[in-house]
Amino acid sequence: MRKNEDAPIVIEDLRKSFGEQKVLNGIDLAVHSGKTLAVLGRSGTGKSVLLKLIVGLQKPDAGSIRVLGQEIAKLDPDRLNDVRKKIGFLFQSAALYDSLTVEENVAFPLARHSSMSEAERKSRARELLSAVGMESGLEKLPSQISGGMQKRVGLARALALDPVILLFDEPTAGLDPITAAEIGRLIVEQQKQRNITSVVVTHEIHSAKLFADRFVLMNEGKILADGAFEDLRKSRDTFVAEFLREAA
Amino acid sequence: MATLAVSFFEWFGELGLFCKRLAHAILVPPYEGRELLRQLDSIGAKSLPLVAMAGAATGVVLSLQTHDSLARFGAKSMLPAVIIFSIIKESGPIITALIVSGRVGAGIGAELGSMKVTEQIDAMEVSAVDPYKFLAATRVIACMAMLPLLTVAANFCGVVMGWVSTTLAQPVSFRYFLESGLKGVTFNDYIPPTLKTAVFGLIIGVVASFQGMRTQGGTEGVGRSATSAVVICSLFVILADVLLVRLILVLFP
Repeated sequence: MRKNEDAPIVIEDLRKSFGEQKVLNGIDLAVHSGKTLAVLGRSGTGKSVLLKLIVGLQKPDAGSIRVLGQEIAKLDPDRLNDVRKKIGFLFQSAALYDSLTVEENVAFPLARHSSMSEAERKSRARELLSAVGMESGLEKLPSQISGGMQKRVGLARALALDPVILLFDEPTAGLDPITAAEIGRLIVEQQKQRNITSVVVTHEIHSAKLFADRFVLMNEGKILADGAFEDLRKSRDTFVAEFLREAA
Repeated sequence: MATLAVSFFEWFGELGLFCKRLAHAILVPPYEGRELLRQLDSIGAKSLPLVAMAGAATGVVLSLQTHDSLARFGAKSMLPAVIIFSIIKESGPIITALIVSGRVGAGIGAELGSMKVTEQIDAMEVSAVDPYKFLAATRVIACMAMLPLLTVAANFCGVVMGWVSTTLAQPVSFRYFLESGLKGVTFNDYIPPTLKTAVFGLIIGVVASFQGMRTQGGTEGVGRSATSAVVICSLFVILADVLLVRLILVLFP
């Protein structure tokens, strides 16, 4: 067992509630460098909240979240932004800026956090878009492209600042099986090329099996199973067995 | 009743925290120059036709309404002064602010609300870009800068159309109309009422951005944010006007 201290993401006894509802109820988790963790579970079990806590979009009620050695909840805004520059986030809805074109969306983080000239930013944005299979339609607005294309652009934007951590919130949700498989392959390709540590939140086991080396299954704010996919299948927990059976 | 009171104080508390973050975003560099220019165009230039029409209509209505009243008291010669004083001291600034509250307040509330519910604001934060700086500060500064300029435009259109309406009833030269109307106008009559609209701009920018950025509940929430932004902006503008008029009378007697 590798020491958790070296892991880019270390979570200890994490708790988060919204009103009376306990969304996360004592989560312990470490994601090691270059590995991909898939967080599985039913809708509304706090998977997306977990990602938002990792990136500091929400504050935990209790517990610790260390990302790249920094205690996220205790950082001032400037230091939090320094950590965020090393994290790429692909949102469930892609969350592209709808007043900017595809190319401008990808160049947006570069314009603020790099010393590149406008021509260099444009060239880098095109390079990233090409890497995710977007060769044309770069002048279109997000509303003018398909959901699958939006996910590709979202992935290119997430990769813009060469992140060391990538967080994916339901990357294949709402896509047809072929597009979902394409997005899955793209994610694996980018992870291998860049040796990125990733956390993928999903309820789609088939997609998760494409890109994850380790799986955790969450229910009612707790982790019920943690390990390789085979370990999950061997679990005697009734919920784990039912989830895997229904998902299959 | 108690819940309503709690919500009321909660709203003001959240607004206070929003203003604190906004002040930091406005005062501390770096600045979002390009986005500010885009907002100056969107809030200023694109509001101009509407504001100009509203100003013109105000001039016409003032002329029609006051013409008969002044004639009754044998004071028809005062008509240009009444129109010009009314427009530059009160009608022009308040009409401009209410028009901008409607057009820009709803626009900002809906745009930021939509960005909030589609996680675009979260995406911006995750990209280490401060949405208070990029989205709210630029809109607030643009509102504050453009309101006085739009007021000048509304005043101009109001005076010109006031003259057109007056001269249709009883021909009078534009030069005579202006000379007669501006005879008693001083610095205190024109500059403070025009500059007070920067405060209206501050109110519109802050309230609309705040309502937009706290949107919850999908498209229904976006609709609620746009509506509440207009209602609260208009109400606060009218309340602020009462205080500012009093303050101007004290400071510039």
